[in-house]
Amino acid sequence: MNSKVYDTFDAAVSDIPDGATIMSSGFAGPGTPRNLIAALLRQGATGLTAVSNTPGRWADPRMDLGSLVAAGRIRKVLAAFTASPHPSVRTTFSELLDAGDIEAELMPQGTLAERIRAAGAGIAAFYTPTGVGTEMADGKEIRSFDGRDYVMELPIHADYAMLRAHRADEMGNLQYHLTQRNFGPIMARAARITLVEVDEPIVEAGAIDPDAVHTPGIFVDRIVVVPPDGIQEARA
Amino acid sequence: MSATPDKQPLNRQAMADRVAMEFGDGWIVNLGIGIPTLCSNYVDPDKQIIYQSENGLLNYGPLAVEGEEDPNLVNAGGQYVIPLPGMAVLDHADSFALIRGGYVDVTVLGAYQVAANGDFANWKLSGANGGSIGGAMDLAVGAQRVFIIMEHTTRDGAPRLVTACGMPVTALGVVKLVATNLGLFEITGCGFLMREIAPGYTPEEVRALTDAPITVAGDLRTFATVPR
Repeated sequence: MNSKVYDTFDAAVSDIPDGATIMSSGFAGPGTPRNLIAALLRQGATGLTAVSNTPGRWADPRMDLGSLVAAGRIRKVLAAFTASPHPSVRTTFSELLDAGDIEAELMPQGTLAERIRAAGAGIAAFYTPTGVGTEMADGKEIRSFDGRDYVMELPIHADYAMLRAHRADEMGNLQYHLTQRNFGPIMARAARITLVEVDEPIVEAGAIDPDAVHTPGIFVDRIVVVPPDGIQEARA
Repeated sequence: MSATPDKQPLNRQAMADRVAMEFGDGWIVNLGIGIPTLCSNYVDPDKQIIYQSENGLLNYGPLAVEGEEDPNLVNAGGQYVIPLPGMAVLDHADSFALIRGGYVDVTVLGAYQVAANGDFANWKLSGANGGSIGGAMDLAVGAQRVFIIMEHTTRDGAPRLVTACGMPVTALGVVKLVATNLGLFEITGCGFLMREIAPGYTPEEVRALTDAPITVAGDLRTFATVPR
């Protein structure tokens, strides 16, 4: 078996083609694969579909999906936010959306998470109470169970997932640190190829207690250690 | 609205304080960003509250002081918080399973509009292309109770308590309690029931700023809190 450990972020993203669907973990900072995103920006793939909680944080100078949006590499976004929680905050994404130059599918965050989970769990569809009676249910099947209405939602698959984790062993078993975990475990399962940047040097198989593995290595394809001069998670 | 020395609309802290008084001992509480976050500053210390944050945190503590943040420990508002003994981390699917599964006792959210039937709107301005749903729709249908904190009117003076939401709704028929700067309103099967009123206001003055009928509680009280 070839090693999952890659020396550089550039090598890990080198085969991502134009038009690929990319999942990117991260919530308000923690878990954002900033080094992989930076490498993808250098690599130049375009026409991408991005699946993420937001299309980049708002008014945040740190490297995130917003950098790919600003560079015109993203064609479509599936997210729980397509505007800042503070409507007065405008971003490049807002301008592109208003101009019709980017496509967006907005959905509730729990629906986003469950659609990603379903993709990795072999589930073809599910019914959620979230969004009933709102624009989120427009055009979707509504079905009543035990007197309560639910909206049918479909899974979201991806070609690649990009995550940040705290520690990995050489098999690809992962541990996350605190709220870094967020979308990591479910995106790793929903994508065909999963790329992970990790905070700490790779440890040998067995160094992570099997009871303490958050994401089993079978869901992980490529790992790159964030070097000391890489992009660290830090206050904006 | 002009405040005279007699008329004392509540400030943000006082609204949060008033809503926090409603929390029960042992409740699992989710606080939305903005004013709702302030509720945690005012909870009676005799009540044990477990704060839940939809990014996957259970039983987290207060905001971290500058210099002591863990860059990987944030609440749903992206604020750095400190861990408490017994804190637990969940992935996003499990975090929302917990929310839809009904384990959250109350979610406190902000809103643009609340309707007399318990509908509310808080994720998109009318006519906007983008919206910010985040966890609000899941919390609204999953939590045992939805409490709203908001200004009674818009900056232009338009009522936010309405007969029917004109803005895109977040969920139908879920709001139980609304604290505005002018009053505390319970939503009953018969619309808004005003239980408390800001100092110096009459029910008629509040009604004039509301686009829905208001029933006044027989034991209407002045707001049971003071701004701090």
